[in-house]
Amino acid sequence: MKKLLVYFKGYGRDAVLAPLFKLFEATLELFVPLVMAAVIDTGVAAGDKPYILKMGAVLLLLGALGLAAAITAQYFAARSAVGFAARLRHVLFRKIETLSFSELDTVGTATLLTRITSDVNQVQTGVNLALRLLLRSPFIVFGAMLMAFTVDAKCALIFAAVIPLLSLVVFFIMFATIPRYRKVQQNLDGVLGKTRETLTGVRVLRAFAREEDEAEEFAEKNENLLHMQRFVGRISALMNPLTYVIINLAVLALLANGSTAVDVGRITQGELMALVNYMLSILVELIKLANLIISITRALASAKRIGAVLELPEDNLAMAKAQGEASLPEGDAPAVAFRNVSLTYRGAGDASLENISFTVQKGQTVGIIGPTGSGKSSLVSLIGGFYEATEGSVSVMGRDVSLWDAAALRRLIGLVPQKAVLFKGTVRDNLLFGSEHASDAALWEALRAAQAEDFIRKKEGMLDAPVEQGGRNFSGGQKQRLTIARALVKQPPILILDDSASALDYATDAALRRSIREMPGSPTVFIVSQRTFSVLHADLILVMDDGKAVGAGTHSELLSACPVYREIYFSQFPEEAGKEGK
Amino acid sequence: MKQPKKTDMRTLRRVLKAIRPYRVFLVLSLLLAACTVALTLYFPILTGEAIDLAVGKGNVDRAGILSLLAKMAAIVGLTAMFQWLLSLSNNRIAYSTVRDVRNAAFRRLQTLPLSYLDAHPHGELVSRIIADADQFSEGLLMGFTQLFTGIITILGTLGFMFSLNWRIALVVVVVTPVSLFVASFIASRTHSMFRLQSETRGEQTALLEEMVGNQKVVQSFGQEEKVLARFDEVNERLRKASLRAIFFSSITNPSTRFVNSLVYAAVGITGAFSAIGGAITVGGLSCFLSYANQYTKPFNEISGVVAELQNALACAERVFALIDTPSETPDAEDAAVLSDPKGDIAMENVSFSYDPERPLIENLSLEAKSGMRIAIVGPTGCGKTTLINLLMRFYDVSGGSIKVDGRDVRTLTRKSLRTGFGMVLQDTWLKAGTVRENIAMGKSDATEEEIIAAAKAAHADSFIRRLPRGYDTFIGEDGGSLSQGQKQLLCIARVMLCLPPMLILDEATSSIDTRTEQHIQAAFARMMQGRTSFIVAHRLSTVREADLILVMKDGSIIEQGDHETLLARGGFYSELYMSQFRLQ
Repeated sequence: MKKLLVYFKGYGRDAVLAPLFKLFEATLELFVPLVMAAVIDTGVAAGDKPYILKMGAVLLLLGALGLAAAITAQYFAARSAVGFAARLRHVLFRKIETLSFSELDTVGTATLLTRITSDVNQVQTGVNLALRLLLRSPFIVFGAMLMAFTVDAKCALIFAAVIPLLSLVVFFIMFATIPRYRKVQQNLDGVLGKTRETLTGVRVLRAFAREEDEAEEFAEKNENLLHMQRFVGRISALMNPLTYVIINLAVLALLANGSTAVDVGRITQGELMALVNYMLSILVELIKLANLIISITRALASAKRIGAVLELPEDNLAMAKAQGEASLPEGDAPAVAFRNVSLTYRGAGDASLENISFTVQKGQTVGIIGPTGSGKSSLVSLIGGFYEATEGSVSVMGRDVSLWDAAALRRLIGLVPQKAVLFKGTVRDNLLFGSEHASDAALWEALRAAQAEDFIRKKEGMLDAPVEQGGRNFSGGQKQRLTIARALVKQPPILILDDSASALDYATDAALRRSIREMPGSPTVFIVSQRTFSVLHADLILVMDDGKAVGAGTHSELLSACPVYREIYFSQFPEEAGKEGK
Repeated sequence: MKQPKKTDMRTLRRVLKAIRPYRVFLVLSLLLAACTVALTLYFPILTGEAIDLAVGKGNVDRAGILSLLAKMAAIVGLTAMFQWLLSLSNNRIAYSTVRDVRNAAFRRLQTLPLSYLDAHPHGELVSRIIADADQFSEGLLMGFTQLFTGIITILGTLGFMFSLNWRIALVVVVVTPVSLFVASFIASRTHSMFRLQSETRGEQTALLEEMVGNQKVVQSFGQEEKVLARFDEVNERLRKASLRAIFFSSITNPSTRFVNSLVYAAVGITGAFSAIGGAITVGGLSCFLSYANQYTKPFNEISGVVAELQNALACAERVFALIDTPSETPDAEDAAVLSDPKGDIAMENVSFSYDPERPLIENLSLEAKSGMRIAIVGPTGCGKTTLINLLMRFYDVSGGSIKVDGRDVRTLTRKSLRTGFGMVLQDTWLKAGTVRENIAMGKSDATEEEIIAAAKAAHADSFIRRLPRGYDTFIGEDGGSLSQGQKQLLCIARVMLCLPPMLILDEATSSIDTRTEQHIQAAFARMMQGRTSFIVAHRLSTVREADLILVMKDGSIIEQGDHETLLARGGFYSELYMSQFRLQ
């Protein structure tokens, strides 16, 4: 929580004013029992009606001032709590945007989503209540004790004994519940994860007629959540009865001692009544404080979880730390060079890439081929600095990746990921992702090159045709071509197609590669593929197997020198194998 | 203003229906609340009596006070116990209700038509089941704890006050409605603000779901700033909406508290006047004053509760709207169970479109005899995926019919129809669970041997064994750290285990390297033996052996026949086929 306090900046004044106005209101309230005591001891005893009316007016004045102070306080409290929460969401979202791919892999989307939604809400509620009541309640409690001392020191000692006892009870319950509320939240995470899962996997689940099982699994997670909630509920339900007992026993003690004091003439009847009133006002405040503490406990648990996200290590190439070199290096350095690069993912035992070295000149086309899980995607992820090499170095345009300004580096690279992802919006929005200022003509050109022109032309609204969430209104192949077009719009000097033409037929695939070759500025192209057909013409073909480069060269070189390559090639072109055999 | 009231009433009735199973606890809560209140109200009377026994110097009845104190101590103990039980009972109602609501909502997700799920952002649906249900339960919890006690306190206090001194009681009764008026005035103004807040929050969650879920793409396009700007725009709107809703609803408390001080002052003055006239004792006045506090306090709380309930109601409205969305047309009453289908599939004059204004598939007919291997080829976007949606009955045809074994699929139960198909989609999806659970998805009683055999058949066994815990390795959300190809192998193993009589393979091998693919092809060939199979694939080599090739374009079949015939015809298919050589 402490770490989050910095985000109050700008709302600091509000956060101070809110409790101040609340304290002012509380002070006014503390005078009420004294005024009533005066009414009884002076007004009623002497039968002085004008005096009683005067005191009545004082009571009204206290109330009116209290109203004004309270509304002001509520406003400041709401403004700072809501502002604080909005800022937390902003900071969290920004943080998520700076997380490295490795962090995103380990933390997971569901967790990040609950933190930025329901956790922030809990914090907002907690802060709002805390600003309004956290100072007010103890203030009234101690204020009532002080007032009691002004009435009668001996009776006030009862207050002095009761307050620590109450604090003890309150804190005990608080410490017992905090960790359990965290468990409740974890259980809620499980329920949320299950909900998301059933939505994303709905087709498969229905195909396997798993609806019933899914509902049962959900019910089980839900049941666990319920048990945890009820368990915590049982503990925190102790708060009210315990405090009630303590306070009222204190009232009994006051009456016993107070009546003796009245008997010896140390205090008046009106003052005894005031003492009882003060004790009871402590109870009212404590009930508020107890509810407040429950909210704050939850808020603190949430704040801790938010803090945990904010403390995640950032991608050292990401936005937040964009302090490397941004300008394009001069000279004719190779576009991309790998020197003895190895990569081991966090938490993984074995290296995903081992000792990879190769150099690519500007304008060349590189094909990367190999079995599933051989490290092809890992290899190209290193070019954009999305993961960090565990050993060796990767340089782009002659500069080591770690020395680049991340944004500038990623501007150089057009990446088409394996999984075709489109965003909700229009086709144009999606194409402009990454190159805001491109003209419509440029967009059409990219669509043409990506072999997507035809079907977009047929869409109603064309560039303005809507894209539903996840691009659901496009087929797999259309999505792939749109993601390719999106990368082409950038006119990147380095283009990486990470197995992104897999859903395209051969003709489209071939046409795509031809138009990329003809693109202005002749980009350096990396084609990751399973099919030899897609990489045949590359200037350099890297053959990956189990994280190692088992072959590098042109098609004809590899065909004669690399057995893995031969095997792949002939499996796809059996006719060629036949010819070879003859 | 009238319209929202009506929906509120409907939602309220829905909420009450949801609470029904807990009516025993509801009654218990009411009883406990009544007992707690009665005892709480009795206490000040005794306090007043005690004060009356201490009139002044040398005028104190010690013995009387002591016996009163003993009685009060007993009452305090009882009250505390009732309070505790009351909280427990309330918790039970609220938590159980939200569990029921979540279960119902989740169950509904399982039966909603895909057209609904495809059209609603997942984030928004998740937010209804999680956040809205939570807010709704919290509102409910607060409502229960405070609304009952509040109302009973008001009634009880009134009774005690009138029995003590009806004139002062009358003063209280006249002034207090102001409090109610203020509270309901504010509540009616804030309802729409809470709804706006709830809607904006849903919008933000949808954006988050999309952008956090696809964060890698956002980062690789360097779009962090731009996306952040979009987020900030929604965030700012949410801030404003929240501020309005929270501030205006929080005025309620101070306002009713002010009314509270009005009542207090009025009781103080009239009480003091009565005391001068001797109509009431000082202890009686003290008792009245604490009643005046207790009487108005529930008004404050109720108004607080009203604000909370408003919010809870807005959330409940969204949750119940989901629960009450009609499910897919249920299976016909007399729907038959498709058992041991032979696998004859016929589509007769089928037409279908997602959007009535843009026809997609029109007048499509085809016949697949049992055991036939049908390859569907064609340019991307030609309607292949849609064909699968129809075969699996994820969507219903809008014209014509689809028949399996000569029976219209609409006369069969969906469950039996779907389990008759084995499906491997291009979008690999795995559930969070162990590898074993994933493979056994379609056959939960599969033996270890069967599971391993299926994995072996899909060539997944060797990589599974290399995972840290083998078949017990837990796969996280969305396949976790598995590669795309490994995920696909698991999806294939999943189908291998069930071996249904009809297969749908949607570009199933697109992410698997060709060496592995060859083995899989062999396994597939074995699997397809005697099974009707639809294969959507772009690798012409895999479709060459098909019995029937359907060449699709723009939603209709433009050519059909086997490889040789189609090549000989020199049409679209042969162009597609030759293109891979022409470009070399």
